[in-house]
Amino acid sequence: MTRRARVAFAGAIHDATAHADGLQLVDGRVLAETQVVWLPPFEVGTIIALGINYADHAKELAKELTTSANDEPLAFLKAPNTLIGHRGITRRPRDAAFMHYECELAVVIGRVAKKVMRADAMAFVAGYTVANDYAVRDYLENWYRPNLRVKNRDGCTAIGPWLVDTADVPDPHALELRTLVNGEVRQRGNTRDLINDVPALIEYLSGFMTLAPGDVILTGTPEGVVNVNPGDEVVCEIDGVGRLVNTIESE
Amino acid sequence: MFSPPRRGTVYGSLLNHPDALAALGAAVHEPPYKAPPKAPVLYIKPRNTWVKSGDAIVVPAGVDELEIGATLGLVIGRAACRVSEAQALACVAGYVIVNDVSVPHASYYRPSLRFKVRDTFCPIGAFVPRAAVASPDAVGIAVAIDGEVVHRASTAGLIRPAARLLAEVSAFMTLAPGDVLMLGVAAGAPRARAGQRVSIAIDGLGRLDNPLVAEAEAA
Repeated sequence: MTRRARVAFAGAIHDATAHADGLQLVDGRVLAETQVVWLPPFEVGTIIALGINYADHAKELAKELTTSANDEPLAFLKAPNTLIGHRGITRRPRDAAFMHYECELAVVIGRVAKKVMRADAMAFVAGYTVANDYAVRDYLENWYRPNLRVKNRDGCTAIGPWLVDTADVPDPHALELRTLVNGEVRQRGNTRDLINDVPALIEYLSGFMTLAPGDVILTGTPEGVVNVNPGDEVVCEIDGVGRLVNTIESE
Repeated sequence: MFSPPRRGTVYGSLLNHPDALAALGAAVHEPPYKAPPKAPVLYIKPRNTWVKSGDAIVVPAGVDELEIGATLGLVIGRAACRVSEAQALACVAGYVIVNDVSVPHASYYRPSLRFKVRDTFCPIGAFVPRAAVASPDAVGIAVAIDGEVVHRASTAGLIRPAARLLAEVSAFMTLAPGDVLMLGVAAGAPRARAGQRVSIAIDGLGRLDNPLVAEAEAA
């Protein structure tokens, strides 16, 4: 069972692994989860995110979509300014009326992948983690959707706590996801309902862009996205992968 | 020579030339857009797209021509977060020529990544320090294909000149040292085919030269 993290502690950045009492640094020190600052659990390269990759979420958004869904995955890119670790703080714009979380299975690439066929795709996965990819829908415009003002804000993509080895996630397409806001379940789904599953996404993306170790695919979110407010604690859980905690603060 | 920053991000800007926006005509008010853009329209050219002058641009199998998007890139020297227009250029370390290559496509609503982010689709030229260019808002850009100039543009008269673009982008996301923000491509971007050689010259920045090679040959 290997769950790896990167944390800041006592003036340095450390690699760590999961431990019954929290986490263990490479040098052997065992620490509680609350003693460290959690960073994204790996060196993140290109961040690829999927829109509308669960059928139920597509229905939820139907009102604002101005074109029909097509067969090609709706993928977009994000930049590292968006990333924060477990137990981080995400800032909510003062003027926003609708900012919501998105609990997503994140697939981390482990080997250079170019024109990979579906049947071979899983061999290119290093592991999995949890992502919470916030959107501020007030700023939605119909130009290069989803526009960066909605989806590429500083600190609006929490990721972690752990990078979990593929060996420890035997079936990434049978994982329950849920989001709790202040302890109450607000979003629920299962990765079996992914429209484009993990090998399909790797085949699709690697067909036109070379994926490299550290690149990450955020596979989309199921239905149940609701507004969050300053002070809310938002917890995204994926069974067998992790429990990612985030707190909303006002800008 | 530009060396890609390990964690830097290259951002493209769309429809920042008045003629590029005007070319869409009344369509900007119609579905799927429904309204002209309010905030800067941006996209990301990821690391797999970055190449340098002299490297081949690979024309994918099944694609006849690529669109050559010649633009000036601002290279960020210090973090730009909520900077004013007056402070913005102080965050710029210098400039690069960028060739924002695309597979031609008609819609700006939700274009597929496969039009913009294929390997080699973002040649970036040599870094030129800010002091070497009098103003980023008054440089001429010329695109030559096989030695013949086929397109001329200028950074003058942009909807958002460099400082304003940087200020408005930094209002919602931080640009970090090493990031590149393109000013945008003018209307009528030329197209080129495998076997041709594209050269972009920008006043004060020199040239960015790249041959186009068919995918099968490049493999």
